[in-house]
Amino acid sequence: MLLKNAIAKSTNDAPVRQRIGQSQRRDRLFALAGLLVMAVASLVLLALLGQLAYDGIGRVSWQFLTSYPSRFPAQAGILSAWIGTILVMFLTALTAIPLGIGAAIYMEEYAPKNWMTDLIEINITNLAGVPSIVYGLMALGLLVYEFHLGQSFLTAGLTLAMLILPMVIIATREALRAVPPQIREAAYAVGATKWQTVRDHVVPYSMGGILTGMILALSRAVGETAPLITVGALSFIAFLPHSPLISDFPFISLQWLFDPFTVMPIQMFNWVSRPQDEFHINAAAAGVILLLMTLAMNALAITVRARFRRRIHW
Amino acid sequence: MNAEAVLKKAEARHLPSRLFTHAKERAIEALLLFAALTSVAITVGIVGVLVYESIGFFRQVSLLDFVTDKQWTPLFSEPHYGILPLVSGTVVTTAVALAVAIPMGSLIAIYLSEYASRGLREIVKPALELLSAVPTVVYGYFALLFVTPALQKLWPELPGFNMLSAGLVIGIMIVPYVSSVSEDAMRAVPVHLREGAFALGATRMQTALRVVFPSALSGITAAYVLGISRAIGETMVVAIAAGMQPTLTWNPLEPAATMTAYIVQVSLGDLPHGSVGYQTIFATGLTLLLMTLVFNIAGHALKKRYRQVY
Repeated sequence: MLLKNAIAKSTNDAPVRQRIGQSQRRDRLFALAGLLVMAVASLVLLALLGQLAYDGIGRVSWQFLTSYPSRFPAQAGILSAWIGTILVMFLTALTAIPLGIGAAIYMEEYAPKNWMTDLIEINITNLAGVPSIVYGLMALGLLVYEFHLGQSFLTAGLTLAMLILPMVIIATREALRAVPPQIREAAYAVGATKWQTVRDHVVPYSMGGILTGMILALSRAVGETAPLITVGALSFIAFLPHSPLISDFPFISLQWLFDPFTVMPIQMFNWVSRPQDEFHINAAAAGVILLLMTLAMNALAITVRARFRRRIHW
Repeated sequence: MNAEAVLKKAEARHLPSRLFTHAKERAIEALLLFAALTSVAITVGIVGVLVYESIGFFRQVSLLDFVTDKQWTPLFSEPHYGILPLVSGTVVTTAVALAVAIPMGSLIAIYLSEYASRGLREIVKPALELLSAVPTVVYGYFALLFVTPALQKLWPELPGFNMLSAGLVIGIMIVPYVSSVSEDAMRAVPVHLREGAFALGATRMQTALRVVFPSALSGITAAYVLGISRAIGETMVVAIAAGMQPTLTWNPLEPAATMTAYIVQVSLGDLPHGSVGYQTIFATGLTLLLMTLVFNIAGHALKKRYRQVY
């Protein structure tokens, strides 16, 4: 009798089954929603990028790459812009990479536990959250007007260097932290000094991570527009900066550092903000090349990361 | 000769080189410290310049007018210096952006962390990282020339410059930041918490929403704060697509300048160094910096509050 009752009870589990079924349906719906959102987001982006390529690719030509800006959209080009981008990136890399790696090595390998280390630590985290245009304002007040560097390549390079410095430091620190402490201990055990350990062991082993971080930070800098507008980028430059190589002794000239500058995103911004459709096509073409530049740098970063990861086993 | 003497002799021979090595080590350490301190110098530079120029500005404009006046027309013959119209522009575009980015980013993060196969995740994660490399000026182009015309097909009376399309595009732009950081946070939740939930008969959705998400809330808050700071500081999209006219409005269908767009607008012109007009961009910049700082501090506090220790 008792057993019969129990069996009857257990077969009467319809409400429970119903609830389980409901939960499972909800679960599947939720998964579908997640997949859908991901699909929508990527489709929107693909559509946008596709449209940009569609609008711009026809305008990309040898003439476009080798002409100065012009008020006739069909004759305009991006010569001064892409040369400007390369020169500015060179200055940015030259400043931000040594400073950033040095700072990261100090923080990871040398820094004692004290208030100053804490201060630097908090400072780096906060700097990474400062809007890029604020760096531009600082550079305008300090570099342009206080240090009288003018609205020049030097100012632009230093501005972007300050902007990406926190990124470089954070990426390098992560790479250094990934080197196991045993490596350092082994180096000390055979009598290496701290700097020898860092230079000969820690840095080489973390080179993959460091390089990846540098390339990604520079690819951010390539696309930065706002801080360069604030320090006074010109959008209409129909001449090239002075050549860094000259025929007279000492064969290297630093005159170009003080020339007025423009870069790719500034040129694109200028064309987008004009009302004529012909200029919008130029903007799309500049956008295509700008995107290719940043995507190429990112692809390079991914390759570097993969290569170094394969080489190191511990 | 005994061993001690040999040692002493060897030591004496090596002493000069050891002294040199020691000096070199110290010099290198000092150099590295100097590199680390440049980051502090940058902060000092930012705060110093903004505060110095803002003091010049507030000598001529009262702080009360700055926060209560409802017009921002510093370059007119009868200037008004009320920051509210610029703040409203920033708040509206940021709100639109977050309305897109937070639900989408969170859903994508949950899907990637709790549902997606390893293979899919390995494809989607780098793709998301790649997206954050698209220059913002390109997103501005999208907002002005694709999104606005598309929206105008739905609402023909939508003006060519409006905060809605700028906000939507910023939203799409910050989805990768939100989803990538949230996903990292959720993946860091220990598996045994999930297994516990499964053992009690919870579905994956119940586990994700009631166990994993709350446990990862600290990291997810950080992702949201990152998204908010990005949206507030975003410049090119709003400068291109939202218009340059400072208007006190909370309606996203209207054009209005944000704080960042105003700074761009003034920088494109040629204002004399030291004039009040020149100083306005620093006062605006200081306001912008304070806004992001408030969010970062709030985020930090929330992060601490929700931190779970396993």
